[in-house]
Amino acid sequence: MDKTIEELHEMLKNGSVSSQELVNEAIKKSHEIQEKYNAFVTILDDAKETKVTDNLLSGIPFGIKDNYSTKDILSTGSSNTLKDYVPFYTATAVQNLLDAGAIPVNKTVLDEFGMGGTGTTGHTGIVKNPWDSTRMTAGSSAGSACAVAAGVYPYALGSDTGDSIRKPAAFCGIVGYKPTYGMISRYGLFPFASSLDHCGVLTRSVADAAIVTDTMKGIDEHDMTSWDSSDIHLYESLNREVKGKKLCYIKELCDIESYENPTDELKLHLENFKKSLEICSSLGIEIEAVSVDKKLLDALPSVYVAISCAEATSNMSNLTGIIFGPRGEGKNVMEMMMDHRTKGFSPLIKRRFVIGSYILQKENQERYFKNAQRVRRLLVDTWKKLFETYDAVILPVGSGPAKHLDGSKDILTKDTAALEEHLQIGNFGGFPSITIPSGFINKLPVALNITGNCYDDANILNIAYAMESKMPYKNQIAKEVNHE
Amino acid sequence: MSKYKAVIGLEMHCELKSNSKVFSSGRNSYNETPNDNIAAVDMAFPGTLPVVNKKCVRDALMMSMVLNCKQPEYMYFDRKNYYYPDLPKGYQITQMDAPVGIDGHIEIECNGKRIPIDIHDIHLEEDAASLDHYYDTSCIDYNRAGVPLLELVTEPCLHSAEEAVAFLEHMRSAYKYCDVSEADTKKGQIRCDVNVSIMEPDATEFGTRVEIKNINSFGNVYDAINYEIKRQSELKMQGRYDEVEQETRRFDEESGTTIRMRSKVDAIDYKYFVDPNLPKFKIDKKWLEEIKKEIPLLALERKDKYMQELDLSDYDAGVIVKEREYAEYFEECLDLGIDAKTASNWLTTQILGEINREEVNLKDFYLTPVLLKQIIDEIKNGTISSKQAKEIFYKAVEEKKEPKSFISSDMAQISNKEELEKVIISILEENQSQVEAYKNGKDNLFDYFVGQVMKNTRGKANPVVTKEILKEKLDK
Repeated sequence: MDKTIEELHEMLKNGSVSSQELVNEAIKKSHEIQEKYNAFVTILDDAKETKVTDNLLSGIPFGIKDNYSTKDILSTGSSNTLKDYVPFYTATAVQNLLDAGAIPVNKTVLDEFGMGGTGTTGHTGIVKNPWDSTRMTAGSSAGSACAVAAGVYPYALGSDTGDSIRKPAAFCGIVGYKPTYGMISRYGLFPFASSLDHCGVLTRSVADAAIVTDTMKGIDEHDMTSWDSSDIHLYESLNREVKGKKLCYIKELCDIESYENPTDELKLHLENFKKSLEICSSLGIEIEAVSVDKKLLDALPSVYVAISCAEATSNMSNLTGIIFGPRGEGKNVMEMMMDHRTKGFSPLIKRRFVIGSYILQKENQERYFKNAQRVRRLLVDTWKKLFETYDAVILPVGSGPAKHLDGSKDILTKDTAALEEHLQIGNFGGFPSITIPSGFINKLPVALNITGNCYDDANILNIAYAMESKMPYKNQIAKEVNHE
Repeated sequence: MSKYKAVIGLEMHCELKSNSKVFSSGRNSYNETPNDNIAAVDMAFPGTLPVVNKKCVRDALMMSMVLNCKQPEYMYFDRKNYYYPDLPKGYQITQMDAPVGIDGHIEIECNGKRIPIDIHDIHLEEDAASLDHYYDTSCIDYNRAGVPLLELVTEPCLHSAEEAVAFLEHMRSAYKYCDVSEADTKKGQIRCDVNVSIMEPDATEFGTRVEIKNINSFGNVYDAINYEIKRQSELKMQGRYDEVEQETRRFDEESGTTIRMRSKVDAIDYKYFVDPNLPKFKIDKKWLEEIKKEIPLLALERKDKYMQELDLSDYDAGVIVKEREYAEYFEECLDLGIDAKTASNWLTTQILGEINREEVNLKDFYLTPVLLKQIIDEIKNGTISSKQAKEIFYKAVEEKKEPKSFISSDMAQISNKEELEKVIISILEENQSQVEAYKNGKDNLFDYFVGQVMKNTRGKANPVVTKEILKEKLDK
């Protein structure tokens, strides 16, 4: 299970391993990982082998984030509001994988409904980082990142509203990819913020991300925002021919001089990033530094909060305990709904609902919601402008390695906010965006991100694929650090 | 009558006809079995997404054009957020920002007068589920959740209950003519909200507006408006107009009164915003033109045409255009060469009488215009009398057999002048005293002679020819 999809497929084909053996190993490993890191809501002990076909995913186990609707399988969104919810339909993206013969072996923990970036707010408890169990995986695709990094299977599904695939991938030393908005149908993905929600995948190699996305994607009559990508073949397009490609990075985020009191971690992280740029150059990729108005960058986190919270309050209004989820108690139906929601949601989510509700109020909409949308447009236009000249924007992910579960150990500096949150631009614009591991700081993985223009997924993956081949982190499995 | 001027605005919700619901694949049809017409989207199961029904958009655009509204360049939808047990998603998908039509105007007829109506907007939205309340339980039926609704909002331009109902009738007819809705109030397919205020006849500022929500029949709209005008007028006359509050009321059918629900101060903030799951799409100008071509001639336009071009009476034309199938039957008759007056007479009397009695739809009526023509032709040929024609009509309808099969040679009318003259002469000879009396001024005896001729010929005498000969003989 520590192999790539291509390798596993080859083994299945030549008979050196059977599909059932892979399933058994994945289930066994799931239990071990569950014990250590608490990555799963459900482990599907009765998962069965499938027929091995020419499809690269046939016969191979995978994991599903628990905010994908899976028929007859508990799907909780890691929330008490859906703690017993067993759907009667399967999300399109999952169905596409099932049709290809892929085998789900577990449902992974997330931050409640994807609304969190720590992996600590799921209703089944916190998910620990397999590189260092005192640290976070980040989130919200926490369980998926943990399981893939720990070698349970080659890939797991994630969803990404701000950076929910790409950040935990970074902190777990694996690949996290969200394609262009609408390339993968969202039908069956429990919504957080519909205009920002993306389906995607966490893997240990760029090729695996391409293989899985090729199968997950496709226009869907159930999702009006999905589009026809039948002429895009991501895996086939990987050829490492990147000579003459142009990338840019943003000075305001990547230059150490931009930070007043940089921590050692931040220094090391940015040095690591500069080294990655040298790898680009060695591949014949041109790199240029560009400047973006700091004010615009600093507005990022608030824009994200405004839009995502506003959409979330509305999206989650269906969670009343009337049709599904535990019935609340009360003298009348309004009280019952209130009881269900009061008991069901964590304080963090409630806080976001309050913010979202406030922002959507008639008297506040113009000032907060509409202005947030305007700044979103400005940011997207700025990035689109960059894509006129450059194939992609390359940036470091976060300000260093994974944070401690005990937050007191982390030194928080306010001026790294934009560095921590810039991945959200990928959601604002619906841009294809991939995170790949780029090295280690104190034996903990760090990563870089490549984000390109809409529909240019093949190009973005190919650049990542070329860089990955020049670095020793492809298909790495988490090795837990020792604490003395 | 109130001495004040009433100002009334209407919101008319009408369910559209379609195979599937407006944003889901759930069936859209009247269904007595609860929770039978539902798709996952209709119950807002997590992860489900709306997909707009193109046919509903087309129908909405058509009605927008019927109302002479402006259509938006882009079509998109908004979410209206509120919690209620009949609203599975916790929001209703509707149109706030860019309705399918704005700033329209039409002309309606009320008590024989044409009045202009200004339309604020018309928008496409989804219906909520329906609730049935019992002693200590309430049941939710999701059949209605997601059914396409068109909401039409007028400007406050109506001034009486009569006008309001005339407008609603006009629109119901338009929906049916355009074949976008059954527009059946009995099935709850039309529901109205009414805004009523009163003012001094010469005042320029509107009075305090009271909204009466969710009225389910035109009769109740009429009663609610009149009650509300009376209530507000009485308060105003007593100098207590400040007690008229900007509020939402409901109509209580049993007492015929309106009852306060909530003050405008407690109005819900629906936190509208554009639904990100339904991407904006540009409305193709060509598509609009195609839809426009498909708009049929509506009732009032047809009525004008029938009166001006075919010389029908206001009454007859009015009856014929009342339902689209009546007008279509009538026009089919014309196409077959039946004279307009004759077709109108048959349709408005025998045919409508029959279908109303039998409670059938004219579309399903056995005697099609082609079959009707068989009867009318025989009258024209003088083969049968109009009395016989009626008998044949009922026989044909009852036995579902072609009228032809009831017309035999022995039924033929006696139109032959010489033959009738013989009969008439003998009758006049046998009734000498009556002839005397008639000649001395007892005019009403004329009909007696006609009757005698009919009796003698067993009804076969052609009445026109008979009258002609009688006149000739008697007035000699």
